[in-house]
Amino acid sequence: MAKATRAAFGETLIKLVDEGQDIMAVDADLCGSTTTGAFGKAYPDRLVDVGIAEQNMIGVASGLALTGRTVFTGSFAVFGTGRCWEQIRNTVCDSDLDVKICPTHAGITVGPDGATHQALEDIALMRVLPGMRVLVPADYASACAAIRVAATTPGPFYVRLGREPLPEIYEDGFTCDVAFANVVREGADIAIMACGVEVAHALKAAEELAVEGINAEVVDVMSIRPLDEETIIASASKCGRVLTVEEHSIYGGMGSAVAELLSEKCPVPVTRMGMTGFGQSGTAAELLSYYGLDAAAIAARVRELLGK
Amino acid sequence: MATDALRQASARSDAEIALIANRMRHDIIEMLGAAGSGHPGGSLSATDIMATLFYSGLFGMDPTDPENPERDRFILSKGHAAPALYALFVQLGYLPHDEITTLRQVGSRLQGHPDRHACPGVEVCTGSLGQGLSIGSGIALGFKLDAERGGSEPRRVFVLLGDGEMQEGENWEAAMFAGNQELDNLVAIVDLNNLQIDGHVTDVNNIEPVADKFRAFGWEAIAADGHDIASVRAALEAAVAVSGKPAVIVAKTIKGKGVSFMEDQVSWHGNAPSPEQTEVALAEIDAAYEALLAAQKEA
Repeated sequence: MAKATRAAFGETLIKLVDEGQDIMAVDADLCGSTTTGAFGKAYPDRLVDVGIAEQNMIGVASGLALTGRTVFTGSFAVFGTGRCWEQIRNTVCDSDLDVKICPTHAGITVGPDGATHQALEDIALMRVLPGMRVLVPADYASACAAIRVAATTPGPFYVRLGREPLPEIYEDGFTCDVAFANVVREGADIAIMACGVEVAHALKAAEELAVEGINAEVVDVMSIRPLDEETIIASASKCGRVLTVEEHSIYGGMGSAVAELLSEKCPVPVTRMGMTGFGQSGTAAELLSYYGLDAAAIAARVRELLGK
Repeated sequence: MATDALRQASARSDAEIALIANRMRHDIIEMLGAAGSGHPGGSLSATDIMATLFYSGLFGMDPTDPENPERDRFILSKGHAAPALYALFVQLGYLPHDEITTLRQVGSRLQGHPDRHACPGVEVCTGSLGQGLSIGSGIALGFKLDAERGGSEPRRVFVLLGDGEMQEGENWEAAMFAGNQELDNLVAIVDLNNLQIDGHVTDVNNIEPVADKFRAFGWEAIAADGHDIASVRAALEAAVAVSGKPAVIVAKTIKGKGVSFMEDQVSWHGNAPSPEQTEVALAEIDAAYEALLAAQKEA
């Protein structure tokens, strides 16, 4: 059943506390949307709502972490990484605290709320920070796994969660390492490297292309920092050409991270698909189509790149 | 040793604290003179407050173990006063005196702003203004939750803020939060020296009436003379006795206090003394030490 990655947030925190981990969540007036509210219902004294005050959210989370707890922060990705970026840099990262930045509603698939609420720079903002690990899960099961990895690995993490229900890619109970990329479909003509909502679109594009005799490999790049270098290089080396796809700016996002790696260790042509400006209102599906980030657009770009 | 025992073991008299504060001033000038850069003004305005807090008997600390888990917490939100913190750590024995001349050098434990990885006793990296009160609120909340679980009194958290720093909006997010959470184990201290880089705080962007602002957010506000040890001690005693809400001590101070040519001069916010100025300042501080000793003998 299609579930949003954000649905994994509150549920996984409940399970982790059930299993004995000392976890708290600090949110900023969005407990219902982020699903930390469900966690607070199960464990009332483990959820703190600071109201609409994201900078204080990071400070309070940092203070709680300094008392020995593992702390997750919420809010929407625009506000939960942007409004408080310098607090994340100078308090969480510089002090290497056990704070997990885990906001929801990232990307243009936020939909009708429009440009102010669509985080398209959050991956870039987080992946430049010393000590920060950046995970972008592609479905509910991998979101559960990403939150679990963040909770059980000391130090700062950013886990990017979304609003929209996404098709199932992994089975329930799926687990992963901190540096995780996974070939979700094997191919040889081109490697489509995608993250988050774009993994399902890349898979659908690959199916379309297969009918035409184009054999596209699809790689889920869940960990943007650290990258699973081995998997990414093996796929790039095998296919000889890479197309990256993300619902994020092409400047500084997953595509940039992959291009940085490959230009140094396995130079092959890399083409990036993503956003170059602000989004706007619309449904998630309309916006993915409008900005050329759905399966049809990916398939079209592959044909163009392969001259077919 | 439990927190209360740590507090009692560290208690010193006002006279002893006055001498400690004087030696801190000496080391602040010595380290800034050696470093050639840094912040004397705000370090000297905070010296008496910090010395009194740590040796008041109200603050649990362990000179043999800066990380003793039973300790109370001190957050230097105005991280540019790092020299005052390091001078205090020399007094506590966390740092050897010889090390103070490494301030601001590559590889030194005495970074320009406090670094928890580098220096024992530093709870969290600070220096980017406006973040300490939020962090302190989170720690205080964590201690209250610990205390609920363990059925004990929560440990205390003290946050030292600059007055210019109160222009940062995050402080007021934290003030609102701490008031609503009734964090009565949290004490904020505002070092009210009325100078910031661009001039007098009252001219640049006035924070007054700062005590009333805190009161409006549900805090107890207490006034103190930040260079009178008995006054700071009395304010701290009143602050920790407050129940059901956090407390703020608004401590009137003089920037550069204790070095006559630095006092109330904005130019000494972020400039280190030259070798000649260092010599003059150290002589003045040493003379003050002798005067203190003589006065104490007489009394």
